[in-house]
Amino acid sequence: MPIKEQLVSINQEASPFKNKKRSLMNIFMPKFLFICALVSILTTEGIVITLTTETVSFFQKVNIGQFLTGTKWSPLIEPHQFGILPLLFGTLMITLIAILVAVPIGLASAIYLSEYAPDKVRRVVKPILEVLAGIPTIVYGYFAISIITPIIQLIFPSAGVFNALSAGIVVGIMIIPMVSSLSEDAMSAVPRSLRDGAYALGATRFEVALKIVVPAAFSGIVSSAVLAFSRAIGETMIVTLAAGSTPNLTFNPLDSIQTMTAYIVQVSLGDTPHGSLAYGSIFAVGMTLFIITFLLNLLANYIARKYREEY
Amino acid sequence: MSIFQDANRKQIAGRRSIDVMLHMLFLLATSVGIIALSVLIIDIIIDGTARLQPELFQNFPSRKADQAGMKSAIVGSIYMLCIMAPVSFIFGVGAAIYLEEYAPKNWLTKLIQINISTLAGVPSIVYGILGLALFVRMFGMGKSLLAGSLTMALLVLPIIIVSAQEAIRAVPRSRRDASFALGATKWQTVARSVLPSSIAGILTGCILAFSRAIGETAPLVMIGALTYVAFLPDGILDSFTVMPIQIYNWLSRPQADFQELAASGIIVLLAVLLLMNISAVFIRNKYSKKI
Repeated sequence: MPIKEQLVSINQEASPFKNKKRSLMNIFMPKFLFICALVSILTTEGIVITLTTETVSFFQKVNIGQFLTGTKWSPLIEPHQFGILPLLFGTLMITLIAILVAVPIGLASAIYLSEYAPDKVRRVVKPILEVLAGIPTIVYGYFAISIITPIIQLIFPSAGVFNALSAGIVVGIMIIPMVSSLSEDAMSAVPRSLRDGAYALGATRFEVALKIVVPAAFSGIVSSAVLAFSRAIGETMIVTLAAGSTPNLTFNPLDSIQTMTAYIVQVSLGDTPHGSLAYGSIFAVGMTLFIITFLLNLLANYIARKYREEY
Repeated sequence: MSIFQDANRKQIAGRRSIDVMLHMLFLLATSVGIIALSVLIIDIIIDGTARLQPELFQNFPSRKADQAGMKSAIVGSIYMLCIMAPVSFIFGVGAAIYLEEYAPKNWLTKLIQINISTLAGVPSIVYGILGLALFVRMFGMGKSLLAGSLTMALLVLPIIIVSAQEAIRAVPRSRRDASFALGATKWQTVARSVLPSSIAGILTGCILAFSRAIGETAPLVMIGALTYVAFLPDGILDSFTVMPIQIYNWLSRPQADFQELAASGIIVLLAVLLLMNISAVFIRNKYSKKI
């Protein structure tokens, strides 16, 4: 903005006696604000560098191939084995259950809110969904162990006190507001004229929603699902409380499992000495977690941009 | 002709009934969230009210459920907020002002913006790992109040930056132009015109971000916010605990007494969060000047 700077400099020349203090702020503040903005870069750098250095030194002691393909995870008990697959499968199972809960329900409520709901209902329901999104995860953890787990045990007597199903369902409930509000945003961006066109051809509301609005908003919907997926992978307290701490390579959702996040919590709760293998392993697991969520967020961004229908 | 009309009518009736059915289904799906919320709150109230006594606020945690309280956790949360809030406010709002008012359109600005959106998607436990490696180990702060508060400040920074950016962006160009036309310098324009016009939005975003920090558990578990702290922190380098960690500690014990204590703790936590949210709404309504 050269013109503005010229104006400023003219201003400064015109009234030199007033400008001492002013120009001090004008020189100092932009630099200070720039440093504030740099903090975000430094944080990202900090995350990447700490994760990388500790992970690299961990892989000097543990074979990276075994880490990525090993099917046994026993970092605290001899013989130490570091195969991340059980943790990865545990995480994926929780995430899959959560997505199966959150995407249909979230999408359906987004359709309801954007296509069916009268204004009055929307004004009541949306704040409630926002409240649901603001509840701390520890409270959801309580919800899982005090309500959902007993119900599951009632239906499936073979289910343990800790099981993946309960944690997965509650993580799903937690991310419903996210799916629903992001999908609704995408649907409200679909222009009114498209709907009117369909109505004029005699379509019912459901047909308009399914054949016009959802396809037009599809990129936004998919990207919201991917973001929800990433959020579910990083969820910690619900799975720590409700899914247990047994790294099992199992496909039975009624079994106790352990996710990557729950493992990190388990190790940091215990008194693990700095520099030990177990201490290094939380960085390796954290790195895996970071890379997966990072890629998913990139993917969500890419989908939202690349496949957006322009009107 | 009439046969055709009959078939048509039938088809329309069928499509209408599908529409009605799906309407009900969508309504049902929407109510799932509401039902879950009500069940959760009712359950917490049933389990938690019995132990919602003065002792809960006056006593330190204890092995005996009857004597256990969350005094150290409540105080710890307040202390953490007192350190975290100014730090994240200054750096968050500062970054937002820079990006909206000062930043040139170049690769560095783009990089900062990409970094912020990346950070917003990083799982909170990864911030815990960062805090553990950076503040606890490298800077030698130990498992202290300061280390936990700074970690939390980093965690909420992207939320604050994004909401403050939105608030600043909503200030119309004409306000800035008017200020420049009166001969104000860049900083005067920012400090006396842009910030006062957007302060309601900025504060609302900050309070919501702080309430996120109050409820966050995982990063502080990583930092080593102890679950059994029978004292009040003596300084910023003392060890500490916060409400969600105390609740987690009680939840991880099998006895029913401690589960009830956890429910009482959750009532306190949710009450604090409710208060913060109400004050955010209040600020938004009271101080949002018509622009």
